[in-house]
Parts: sequence; C-alpha cells; structure tokens
Amino acid sequence: MLSSLAAVLFDGFAYGMLLFLLSVGLSVTLGMMNFVNLAHCSFAAVGGYCTVTLMNSFGWPFLATLPMAFLLAALVSVILERTLYRRLYRSSDLDQCLLTIGIVFISVAAFAWFYTTEQQSARVPEYLRGSVQFMGMSFAVYRVFLVIVGLAITGILVLLLERTRFGAQVRAAVDNQRMARGLGIDVDRAFMFTFALGGGLAGLGGALAIEVIGLDPSFALTYLVYVLIVVAVGGLGSIGGSFAAATVLGISDMAGKYYFPWLGAFLIYLVMVALLMWRPAGLFGKR
Amino acid sequence: MENASSHFHEKVRWRALEIVFWLCTLLPFVVTPNYLSLASQIAITALFALSLDLILGYAGIVSLGHAAFFGVGAYAAGLLSKHYVGEPLTGLVAAAVAAGLAGYAMSHIVVRFRHLALIMLTLGLGLLLHEAANSASGLTGGADGLQGIKVGTLFGFKFDMFGRTAYAYSLVVLFSCFLVARRIIHSPFGLALRGIRENATRMPAIGAPSRAHLRKAYTIAAVMAGVAGALLTHTTSTVSLEVLSFGRSADVLVILILGGAGRLYGGIIGAIIYMVARDQFSGINPQYWYFWIGLLLVLVVMFLPNGILGGISALDKKSK
Repeated sequence: MLSSLAAVLFDGFAYGMLLFLLSVGLSVTLGMMNFVNLAHCSFAAVGGYCTVTLMNSFGWPFLATLPMAFLLAALVSVILERTLYRRLYRSSDLDQCLLTIGIVFISVAAFAWFYTTEQQSARVPEYLRGSVQFMGMSFAVYRVFLVIVGLAITGILVLLLERTRFGAQVRAAVDNQRMARGLGIDVDRAFMFTFALGGGLAGLGGALAIEVIGLDPSFALTYLVYVLIVVAVGGLGSIGGSFAAATVLGISDMAGKYYFPWLGAFLIYLVMVALLMWRPAGLFGKR
Repeated sequence: MENASSHFHEKVRWRALEIVFWLCTLLPFVVTPNYLSLASQIAITALFALSLDLILGYAGIVSLGHAAFFGVGAYAAGLLSKHYVGEPLTGLVAAAVAAGLAGYAMSHIVVRFRHLALIMLTLGLGLLLHEAANSASGLTGGADGLQGIKVGTLFGFKFDMFGRTAYAYSLVVLFSCFLVARRIIHSPFGLALRGIRENATRMPAIGAPSRAHLRKAYTIAAVMAGVAGALLTHTTSTVSLEVLSFGRSADVLVILILGGAGRLYGGIIGAIIYMVARDQFSGINPQYWYFWIGLLLVLVVMFLPNGILGGISALDKKSK
C-alpha cells in the first residue's frame, strides 16, 4: 500500500513536470499582456511532430531532436505573435479567445492532413527505457528523466527571471505594464522573447510527452483544458504558482485514475472549480 | 419620459426586412422538402445561439460552457419521454424548468467573476456536468446515449422521416422564443443589460442592481438553451453525451460570433451559414471541416469584428 502510494506520487510528479513545461509559457505571457492564448498547446504539438519527423524520417537520435522541437515551436510562436497576435493586444478577451481557438482548429486539421489522425510514436533510446530500483521500489527511467528535465528547467527559469536584466524587465512588465513602459522598458520586445521562450518550452513539453501521453492531432485541444487549469489555478505570471499547480494537478489526476477510476476527470474539474471560486486570481496570483 | 418611451417604440416596430426574413423561413417546406431535417437542425441551433446572444451579446458574459443548459434540457426531455409521458409540449416545459433551475443555481456563481476566471469557471462547470452525465450511466446511458425514447404525437401530427412536423415544431418554438428575446432586449431591462456590458462598475452607481439583472438574464438564457435541447431530443428521438460536450459550446460561440453578437439575428444568420456549410463540406472531407471553421474564425476576428451582420450594417452606413 505504502509503496503503491509512493509510486503514484512519483508518477504524478513526473506527469506534473510535463504539465508544467506545457503551461509555464502561457502563464507568463498571460500575466504580461493579458493575452488569452488558447493556441498554446498547438505549439506543443508542433514540437511533438518535429521530434516524430526528425526521428522517424531522418533518423535523428531522440535527445538531439529535443532542442530542435524547442527551436521550431519558438519560431512558429514568434511568427504568429508578429503577424496575428500583436494586432489584438487591445481587443477584448473574447476576440483573443476566438482568434486563438481558430488557430487551434486550423492546426488540428493541418496535423491531421500531414500526419493522419493516428497516434504517433517515437521510440525513446534504450537507456531511457526500463526501470531502476531504489529503496526497494522501482521507478521508470523515463519518468526519472522527466523529473530531472523539469526540475532543471524550473531552476533555469527561476535564475533567468530573478537574476538577469531580461528577467527584471519581464517581472516589471507582469507587475505593471504601463509603469514598465513609462520607465523606458521595451515591453513589446521583452514580450516577444518571453512568448518565444514559452512557445519553445511548450514544444519541448510536447516532444517529451509523446512517450507518456501520446501525440495525435487533437493534442492541442485535449491538453488545452489541463494547461488552462494549471494557469488559472497557479495564478497569472507566476512560475512558482504554475509549478505548484502543475504538481498538484499531476498527482491528483494520477491518484484519481489509480484509486477512483470510475470518477474519471470529474475530480480534476471539481478541484479546479472549487479553487477558482475560493481564489479567482489563482493560488499565487497577485491580481 | 416622452422621449424614453418613444425611443422604445421606435425600436420595437417591425421592419419590412424582418417580416420578409421570417416569411422566408417557410420556404424550405416548398423549395427544399428533402432538406427539412437539416432545416429543423438549423432552427434548433439558431435558438441555442439566440440564447447565448442574450448573455454574451447583450449582458457581456463570456461563456465557454453554454452547452450545459442545452444538455440539461435535452436529458430532461429525453428522460421524461422515456419513463413517463411522450407528449412533446410537456417535455418542452419540463426541459425549460430543469434548465432554468440549473441556470439560476449557476448564475449565482457566474455573476461574481469576470475575465479569465469567468471563462475558466463556465468551462469548468460545463466539463463537470459532462463528466457527471458520463459517470451516471444508469440514468443517462453514459457514452452510449439515452436509448428507448418514444416521442408521442404533437397535436395528432407524427414526427415523420421527412422532418415536416419536426421543422414546423422547431420553427414555431424558435419564433416564439425570438419574440420573447426581442421583447426583452427592447425593454428597459434589456437596456440595463447593455449598460452593464459597457461598464459594469458604473451601472450600480446609477442605481441598477447589476448582479440581479445578470442573474435574471442568465436564467432566461438557460431556459432558452434548455428548450433548444428538448427540441433536439424530440426531433431526433435520441440524446447522446455530445449535447453536453465542450465542442457544442465552442460551436455555438463560433456561430454567434460569425453572425454577429448583440444583434438578435446574428445567431440565426450564423446558424444558417454554419450548418449549411457543414452539411456541404462534410460531404467532401469531414476530417478537415475544422480547418475552414478555424480559418473563418481568424478572418472574422481580424476583418469583421462584429460578425457578418456587423459588416453588412457598416457597409450600409458607408453607402448612405
């Protein structure tokens, strides 16, 4: 019983790391520009399909495709930001929702066109498969890998935001965009880089997710709900909040599937609604 | 006072174009008798979009979970005709009551929030209901849908396979609900709703009970959505889990935005275009239908921010 509890906790934590990678970019860009980008998971799908293509058609090793997934997703997100999103920064929530939902629909159909609607697979290398024994319990190597990557990226992000000039600009823009502009910070430029970073991280998350949750064209819609939950519960513009929310969500989803399979996703939605009613700005939100 | 009441009278008068439009809705009986079931689906979707228009277009409540009430209405009508009476009008009333109660309960939560929290809450509550209906398979049939619904006759008319009764029934209900909606939005209450949409903090300051108004509007919209759901049950004799799905909430939002929110006819025009286009396109390749919808959405948001009707009225003003 105790060891199964530990296994559920660990699997849930690894799953939470994935959700964190998928959602942290959305949280920060939402906090900065108040732009409701529902197409965030489409960037993740771009990363996932990049990895699938490079591995299966060009024979690249799995680890080498990960940076490419990051770069391609970042590139796509910047192009979209420059051409479409920036015209709608002053528009209503609704217009932003609709534009980005439109992009999601387009991306879902486009992936279905190029890659068919079947589940894609990318064989992870031998050394990431199997499991390791530790203190009498076995852990899947790939999940350990996920946890390490997730923690490393969290560390890098925190350092980037807390210790660099760019990070200070981003924090200023999240706290008070108009004041930051008044102080001469080029918020648009900072936003573009943040958007690219967030899109890239989603792409990386999408690539890493293939092994755990699979990849098909509707990925962008299915995981949108999870990502939005993480963002809404964690609070806008807060890395720590996203981390906590993603971990809680990952563990409770895993525990729900393990202990109360008949409840389905009911538990997750219930937790989200209750949390939002209690704190509409999220657990760690400032506004 | 004189001015205010003449303002309302001016707005309430029926224009020639409106009368022509409603006469045109009778055309499918004569011109396209093979497409009557599609026509009744359009009327149902139009009613659903009209109900969303009341809260989104007029009261400014963005909802990503409006299918909840459509689904409650559909299941209420379905369960009633399966277990008790198959008479459609009773089912319609039951669905309206059930959806109204659900809407009233939910309105207390919804009116307190704005922006992202509001969008997420409507989405979350919709998903919650979908999951609940999925889990309660003993009552709802779960993923297999509600089986064994027997819809009785309507004033002696049977629901035939050509959909003649179905279309007449849907159209009459749509028109009645339209009259109610039209009356509401041209009333002082409707004007207050638009005031709240434009400035939610200033309206209470001039003495309008904002939240009470919003709750009322939300409940009315829920009743209409429930009626639309019941119509679907009666005309198709089945209820699937899809009536509560996020897809349905998203579709109706797309339809309303496409036609033009806050314009009364927006939802109806949007429903006609969307449903006819879907019928045509899915014949060719159903898988890629959403590509065109997505493209349409992007184009509408970028170039026609007030929907098709908004674009037409802007052109109209320019030419004058």
